[in-house]
Amino acid sequence: MSENTDVPVVPRGGLDPVPGEWRRVSPRYVWVDLVGSIISGLVATAASTIPFWVTQLPWLLLIPAVVLVVALVNAAITPRRVRAIGYRLRDDDLLVRRGILFQRFAAVPYGRMQLVDVNRGPLARALGLAEVKLVTAAAASNVTVPGLPMADADELRDRLVELAESRRAGL
Amino acid sequence: MSEPAAAPGASSAPAPVVDLADGEWHRLHPATPLLRGGFAFVAVAGFVLANLRERILGLFLGGGPGDGGGDPIDLIVRRGLIPIALLVVLVVLIVIITIFWLSWRVHTFRITDELDEVRSGILFRTNRRGRLDRIQGINVGRPLFARLFGAARLDINVAGHDANVPLAYLSGRNADALRRLILQRASGVRAAESAAAAGATALVEHDGTLGGIVTQRAREFVAPELNPQLAPPESVVTMHPGRLLGSTVLHDRTIVFVLLVVAAAVLASAAHMFFVLFGVIPVLLGVGSQIVRRFSRSLRYSIAATPDGVRVGYGLLSTNNDTIPPGRVHSVEIRQPLLWRPADWWEVRVNLASHSDRQEGGRRTSTILPVGSRAEVFRVLELVLPDMVGDGSRELVVAGLARAAAGDGYTGSPRRAAVLRWFSWRRNGFALEPEAVLLRRGAIWRSLIVVPTARMQSVSLRQGPLLRMLRLADVHVHTVSGPIRATLEDLDAVVAAEFFRDVAAAAILAAAADRSHRWRTA
Repeated sequence: MSENTDVPVVPRGGLDPVPGEWRRVSPRYVWVDLVGSIISGLVATAASTIPFWVTQLPWLLLIPAVVLVVALVNAAITPRRVRAIGYRLRDDDLLVRRGILFQRFAAVPYGRMQLVDVNRGPLARALGLAEVKLVTAAAASNVTVPGLPMADADELRDRLVELAESRRAGL
Repeated sequence: MSEPAAAPGASSAPAPVVDLADGEWHRLHPATPLLRGGFAFVAVAGFVLANLRERILGLFLGGGPGDGGGDPIDLIVRRGLIPIALLVVLVVLIVIITIFWLSWRVHTFRITDELDEVRSGILFRTNRRGRLDRIQGINVGRPLFARLFGAARLDINVAGHDANVPLAYLSGRNADALRRLILQRASGVRAAESAAAAGATALVEHDGTLGGIVTQRAREFVAPELNPQLAPPESVVTMHPGRLLGSTVLHDRTIVFVLLVVAAAVLASAAHMFFVLFGVIPVLLGVGSQIVRRFSRSLRYSIAATPDGVRVGYGLLSTNNDTIPPGRVHSVEIRQPLLWRPADWWEVRVNLASHSDRQEGGRRTSTILPVGSRAEVFRVLELVLPDMVGDGSRELVVAGLARAAAGDGYTGSPRRAAVLRWFSWRRNGFALEPEAVLLRRGAIWRSLIVVPTARMQSVSLRQGPLLRMLRLADVHVHTVSGPIRATLEDLDAVVAAEFFRDVAAAAILAAAADRSHRWRTA
């Protein structure tokens, strides 16, 4: 396979299927994500001590130690992870990207949209943020844009509904 | 909405073929209460009677019940409460029968040009209304008991979980006529035309005598699954019992079953590890019942093109047949269990947008060809994906079923993917046509997934750290949920990115051109 095509430079082996500018989410979303990953990290660490409590074998404490390290690293890279979230409204579809280590790009044609959700958790609400979620007929689509300022989220939702209406297709 | 006061058009006589789709409210088949729960009631009553048989005999033939024993019946007899007890039983019976009858009375439906609507319930009224142009398919099921009564259940499938409109039960021929009418309405043909079409296929009535009814039931019972007038014979695929038997024996599931039996027998007898049986027997029961069910369901399998979609018929005693209008198939997988390869047999499955949760008879099938030769696979493929009949697409499908070769139209994984896909990295590949995405997978268990671009919901491109090290990436094509997951792993990262872009663009083009939700309107 030849890699010397006109696709611009990406980190070796990495992905950038649709080069160009991405709209990024609010930096305040870092806090929401951080709290979420700290809580889930603590829960996972606590849960992984269960083998130790059951068996009392000291080396089993290695498991929670590893889990804790992973959780800390995960929390530490939160700002980068949030910076990696992006979306782009193209002519006929919505593009969304997420992740650094585990990258995921998704393209959803507007006509395929069944409904749009705007969700706000308690912390996000305190920070004035909201999450826009697109639902298609496929459960696997799972396209969400978190960390949008409330006004932007409403605007994005209205825009998506409008675009979907003009490009309406069957199932 | 104009709501007629009651259901005027419902006739209670054993129904001739009436026009059920005239927009008026109609009732279901008069045997409905019996079929929907009456049998259970009769069975319970019979069970109770059988248990009381001796006592009842004793009561009528003299000779009082033995003393002692404090069960309630004795108590009633000793205290002379028999008349009251009989009265209570009678009242309960009358109430139950009245409830059944009332629920039949109030369960009405109507089909208009645009929508279908069902009203039911005595205390808790429900009213369900669906749009005809959203229909994903119509299923006509005939459970064994219902067939004896000449009744059938009609399920109007729409997309979504538990969103079907069931009409259970109708008289068998009414169900067939109604299916045809609904599909014609849904297709966008005007009502006047569809009425003309319905009149042209009027059916011969029985003469009303008991003998006439019996012969007609018998005729219906042995009638072929598919009315031969409806489908051109070259479009019909049926099952050969020999092939079904062979394919069942050679199926992976059967092999697993036999291996499990052997392993369990050896462990239990030679090693005296009887406890394995506890683990193995439930698994064996599960796998065995799957094998048996597949076999018995497929015995009278047939698939055919009718003017309003593909009709798939199944079932030996309880028959069931599904009509899938054009453009309702969201993806197709052609796959081959390992031992079928010498015989060149294949199985075809589809993803559909509707799920019916019925257990008995009405289960919507995802396997539309349980086993078939290559030629039959192509006939089925022409039925479910009529856009894919061109020579180029046909060659791609042929290549998709074969071993990978240079220049066969598929873009495969690079050699370095062999680290992750030891055998299948050559075959693992895709081809993109304007009408469909073809994903070829698996070297040992070969499979080919075809997703019509007009039905695709979205597409994603993924890469984890391991894949990044190898400069590979995965592409997932999202369709409605079903047994098929249209994913292709371990493509070259650059190729995958290009594929992602192309698929996204093709999906938009195809969706803009798609008119299949009203498939007969030009």
